Amino acid sequence: MEDSGARSKILKEHFGISTKENQKVIALAGNPNVGKSTVFNALTGLRQHTGNWPGKTVDNAQGTFTYKKNSFLLVDLPGTYSLLAHTVEEEIARNFICFGQPDVTVVVLDATSLERNLNLALQIMEITSQVVVCVNLIDEAERKNIIIDFSGLEKELGVPVVAAAARKGIGLEKLKEEVYQIALGLKKVQPRKIRYSPEIENALADLVPKIHSLGCEQLLNPRWVALRFLDSDEELINSIVKYLDLQGWPSVRDEVGIAL
Amino acid sequence: MNNTIRNTALLDLKREVQKKRLAEGNNYADQIVADIFANVENIVKKNVFQKENQTNWSQIADNILTSRVTGYPIMLLTLACILWLTISGANVPSAVLSDIFFRFQDILTGIFIHLGAPDWLHGVLILGAYRSLAWVVSVMLPPMAIFFPLFTLLEDLGYLPRVSFNLDSLFKKAKACGKQSLTMCMGFGCNAAGVTSCRIIDSPRERLIAILTNNFVPCNGRFPALIAIGMIFGAGTLPLHLQSAAIAGIITGMILLGIAVTFVVSWVLSHTLLKGEASSLVLELPPYRKPKIGSILYRSFIDRTVFVLRRAVVVAAPAGAIIWLVGNVYVGEMSLLAHIANFLDPLAFVIGLDGFILLAFILGLPANEIVFPILIMGYLSSSYMIELENLADLQTLLVSNGWTWLTALCTMLFSLLHWPCATTLLTTLKETGSKKWSLFAFLIPTVIAFLICFAVAQSARLLGLA
Amino acid sequence: MHEEKTNKKSQTTLSQMPVGSTCTIADLHLEGLLRRRVMDLGIIPGTAVQCIRKGPSGDPIAYTVRGTTIALRKEDAAKINVFM
Repeated sequence: MEDSGARSKILKEHFGISTKENQKVIALAGNPNVGKSTVFNALTGLRQHTGNWPGKTVDNAQGTFTYKKNSFLLVDLPGTYSLLAHTVEEEIARNFICFGQPDVTVVVLDATSLERNLNLALQIMEITSQVVVCVNLIDEAERKNIIIDFSGLEKELGVPVVAAAARKGIGLEKLKEEVYQIALGLKKVQPRKIRYSPEIENALADLVPKIHSLGCEQLLNPRWVALRFLDSDEELINSIVKYLDLQGWPSVRDEVGIAL
Repeated sequence: MNNTIRNTALLDLKREVQKKRLAEGNNYADQIVADIFANVENIVKKNVFQKENQTNWSQIADNILTSRVTGYPIMLLTLACILWLTISGANVPSAVLSDIFFRFQDILTGIFIHLGAPDWLHGVLILGAYRSLAWVVSVMLPPMAIFFPLFTLLEDLGYLPRVSFNLDSLFKKAKACGKQSLTMCMGFGCNAAGVTSCRIIDSPRERLIAILTNNFVPCNGRFPALIAIGMIFGAGTLPLHLQSAAIAGIITGMILLGIAVTFVVSWVLSHTLLKGEASSLVLELPPYRKPKIGSILYRSFIDRTVFVLRRAVVVAAPAGAIIWLVGNVYVGEMSLLAHIANFLDPLAFVIGLDGFILLAFILGLPANEIVFPILIMGYLSSSYMIELENLADLQTLLVSNGWTWLTALCTMLFSLLHWPCATTLLTTLKETGSKKWSLFAFLIPTVIAFLICFAVAQSARLLGLA
Repeated sequence: MHEEKTNKKSQTTLSQMPVGSTCTIADLHLEGLLRRRVMDLGIIPGTAVQCIRKGPSGDPIAYTVRGTTIALRKEDAAKINVFM
């Protein structure tokens, strides 16, 4: 059971985000140039403010909207192509989704380049199952004669998929509805697991049980942690240790820091 | 589970992965990326279909906008259009705002008199702080409210990456990044905004170069003075029908000089203080999209208004109070202002200026827009900042204070090249997080301004031209 | 007698592709952050890439990959081997 007191503390101190009582936190992720800010503006209108992520020179926009008497805080994450590379933007996005534990993560995709965009969606789905995919710019796709089978896509991905043209206000109500359903736990989702090639699956088979023995599966998906060990993502492993500290894991930072 | 067990477990995991990597000869990282895309391709194959494609308008547009022949001219034309729209469009609103503020000033003065407030209080608060605030808002708000929305429109349209694309090879020669061209464009609107926009540059080294050189692009706050001086001592001397073209030519010349200095300084920085290999460019060229004009204009306008107002209150008003004090505290026969101006005169002369001009630049550190009003205040021994509506009056004033074409030229050069305004310096501190680099951001333009003005002034005099 | 038709694919680099031509990525000799960035955009071995245009001075070069257009500098594109 997630400790909401610890979560609010982390949100406030590490991400500069203050939430009200019972307010749901929604992360907004996506590639650059997909119309993410259009979605953000459409949902929050003027009830937003911009600043910086704590300690970083990267824009942070937060806004609120109400739906069916529930208050939602929408956090606009920096546009990123992936969560694997080591730029500040990718770090912020990844840290927020992992450790800020938003109630829902909305991934905005560009309907005209789904192949490139789905990379990020799948990565996010590996971290959290509370995901809603928003395929934006469907009006552009139509102009380019791209046909998308949305229900097929939804079945494949295992998470809700909303077709939208945020610029024209299309799909936003459905988006709010899906976010609402997931945030309040009214809908169960089964995100598609990424199938890796045999070498990796074998390596994972060895590693995952050992990660289980670390006892952090309440907080982080062990399969995902194992993959990051394989990636040798040092930066991320440091972050994992640091944030698990805050969640009540005994301090391992110094010891592991020397080894790393 | 206690500490030591956990530590050992983590170390074991790391060692195990290392062993695997060596054993398999596999760089898991590459394989992971490849596998994710394989999953993606699988999904897309079954659910996304491309029918016969319509004309690709983006490609056609790019053929024109990034071509060898038409690419550069179109960029320059676009920039010129935006600048022209900004400068000419701001005239009327600036005058209107000015009017409103100064009428209100009379009302405030009335209140002060009614309350029997002491003169000096009225001076500091109204003639100093309020006037400065009024100035900054009426001079800066209209151009910013035009320039930035226009720029945001271009951004939403998708044109800006094309500019980076066209200019990258040029910036590569200075070991900088093509995206610096965009930060320079932002600098035309406001150098503080230009510094913030350097976030689009990924490499820290290249970002720093862009930040340190941003001030060589003149911001909206400097244009009015540049135009006024250019008109009086340059274009104004020509027949009427040539005047517009001439002033446009002079301003363009100044801008080109600023850009040239930017390249040279970037190059020097890359080879000295900020040595390093040119990092790579990975630039996405998104398809052109119809921008949401209404929403953009609205948001941009609000953002800029808030920025200008905040700056006016926080920076300009206190500066105005200080300036009033400097102009009205008398030591003997002369005001502090006159004293300091006299003190600075020898130094200023060497670089083609006079003490009052140099002092105006110094006191204008908080905001470039108040440099000219301070100068006029000094020349008129006025007790408050003034502007002269009539160019003819301004000309008379300047000439009677010893201005020649050389003074005009050096003043314009100094304005173009000198230290950044306080807001820009503070923004630089925030963005770089480094006092050292903020100091350089102040020193580099200052040294260059002095050097170039010195060179110009001395050569002109040596050649007997002035 | 059947003559085995050997499928001879010529190897070249991304930077040498003529404008308008298509190729398949063979391998990337890039390092560090650049390598990750390029791969995250989907430019990985086996991907189809089309060379769309060059900058006014021949550099950078724009490519279409997975429905998007990405521009790379010539010297970086030269480190990516492709099959044509």
